[in-house]
Amino acid sequence: MHEISELILSQLSMSTQKSFKITVALMLVLFLNSFNSVAKTDTDEELTEEFNPTEMIMHHISDSHGWHFFGEGEDAFTLPLPVILWTDEGLTTFMSSAFHHDVEGEHVVESNGQKFVNYHEKIYVLDEGEEALKFDEKTHAALNANRPFDLSITKNVASMLLSALLLILLFVGLAKHYKKSKNAPKGFKNILETLVVFVRDEIAKPQIGEKKYLKYMPFLLTVFFFIWISNLMGLLPGAANVTGNISITIALGLFTLVLILVNANKDYWQHVVWMPGIPTFVKPILAIVEILGVFIKPIALMIRLFANITAGHIIILSLIGLIFILETAGVAAISVPFALFITVLELLVAFLQAFIFTMLSALFIGMAVQEHEHH
Amino acid sequence: MDLITPEYGLFVWQVVVLIILIFLLTKFAWKPVMKAVGEREASINDALASAEKAKEEMANLKADNEKMLQQARAERDEMLKEAQEMKKSIISEATEDANDKAERILEKAQITIESEKKQALSEIKSQVAELSVQIAESVVKKQLDDKKEQMNLVNKMLDDVKLN
Repeated sequence: MHEISELILSQLSMSTQKSFKITVALMLVLFLNSFNSVAKTDTDEELTEEFNPTEMIMHHISDSHGWHFFGEGEDAFTLPLPVILWTDEGLTTFMSSAFHHDVEGEHVVESNGQKFVNYHEKIYVLDEGEEALKFDEKTHAALNANRPFDLSITKNVASMLLSALLLILLFVGLAKHYKKSKNAPKGFKNILETLVVFVRDEIAKPQIGEKKYLKYMPFLLTVFFFIWISNLMGLLPGAANVTGNISITIALGLFTLVLILVNANKDYWQHVVWMPGIPTFVKPILAIVEILGVFIKPIALMIRLFANITAGHIIILSLIGLIFILETAGVAAISVPFALFITVLELLVAFLQAFIFTMLSALFIGMAVQEHEHH
Repeated sequence: MDLITPEYGLFVWQVVVLIILIFLLTKFAWKPVMKAVGEREASINDALASAEKAKEEMANLKADNEKMLQQARAERDEMLKEAQEMKKSIISEATEDANDKAERILEKAQITIESEKKQALSEIKSQVAELSVQIAESVVKKQLDDKKEQMNLVNKMLDDVKLN
């Protein structure tokens, strides 16, 4: 394992982009190290219970109330995160460590006079007088509990806040550079500037047009860099799968939809509702298609991002899970290089998906604000 | 199924974080960055345009210089030509003048010669007259001596005159 990481490092050292190299190397080293620890604990566990790849994968790509790094059960090292709940009684907060790593709904936490359990990272508030969570066998619906409005700082929220903080640090730092000098920045800041110019010249200007692009630049830049940074952070071992979570991508897609709906001009609505230049009897049919299209566009955006990122994570986890499914260490010789290859590919996908999301958002906004030439 | 079931809490957080992020980054990052990048691009374009302009001016200047040089050359040629012509005309004029003067001098000389001649002739005439008078005198004196001798003398004298 050490040899592999060294080989990778030596190959990467030939790359000219110093900061990029450091990021990649750091990521790979962390990845391989954490893989070590995961491997150890999982093989220990294997003795007592059967390895369930689905559960393992789902655990890694789903959101959780604590930030789990390594270890299992009571020995696990998990960063406790605040749980914020809005119940019928009002706001309740406590740390996720109060559950003592329990996700089976067994450990009851009392707070603000109410009883809470964590069942598969979903928090339920037990009905009055109940002591334990009961489930309907068939429907899996909780019988004696309901879900409060969960505003907890989950692993994803924490990671999202971290991304946001990183973005602010990076770009406010870049902005500060211009206060000192008018010249182009050097090193990593130059990469950032190049990307800003890339978003402007390759995404905003061609899709929205010279006249109107400036208004949408803050949104496009923020979304582009947020997705990109979150994607990259998601590749770090132990990190949250932010952009591979449907709730996140729904929110991102919704921003695009709102921008389209708010800024669309008369021309756009006319083309949606009553398309000019076609036979009248086709117009109502096309109107249905077009109206559906207005909503399908951002939905496609949100599914594309979610599916691409999640799929990448699932592939990497599956390849590593293969070692434990086949119960042979030898499989590692094949699955680790494969996982590594996919991880490197994911670095590209991280950028590509950020680009595609921003690009298509710009395209849809551009379509909505475009001045049509009437023939 | 959990994978594609949205969590409202997470959704709300994402919306709130993104709104705050857009607001903060727009104010503290995007605006200054875009402004600085735009300004730099404008200054680069300006610099390029002015360089192009300078190049054009240089070319113009060069063309002007060439033109001036050509003009100067033409002027010099003209001046040389004029000088040549002037030289020729001066020479011809001088020759003419000299000829004229020579002619006039000759004319004057002729006139002088003529008048000198006339004067000499009149002088001769007066001398002849004087001589005649003298001859006559001596003749008259000799007449008194010999008639024959007188005649000889007269003849001799006349012969002398004729010879002159």
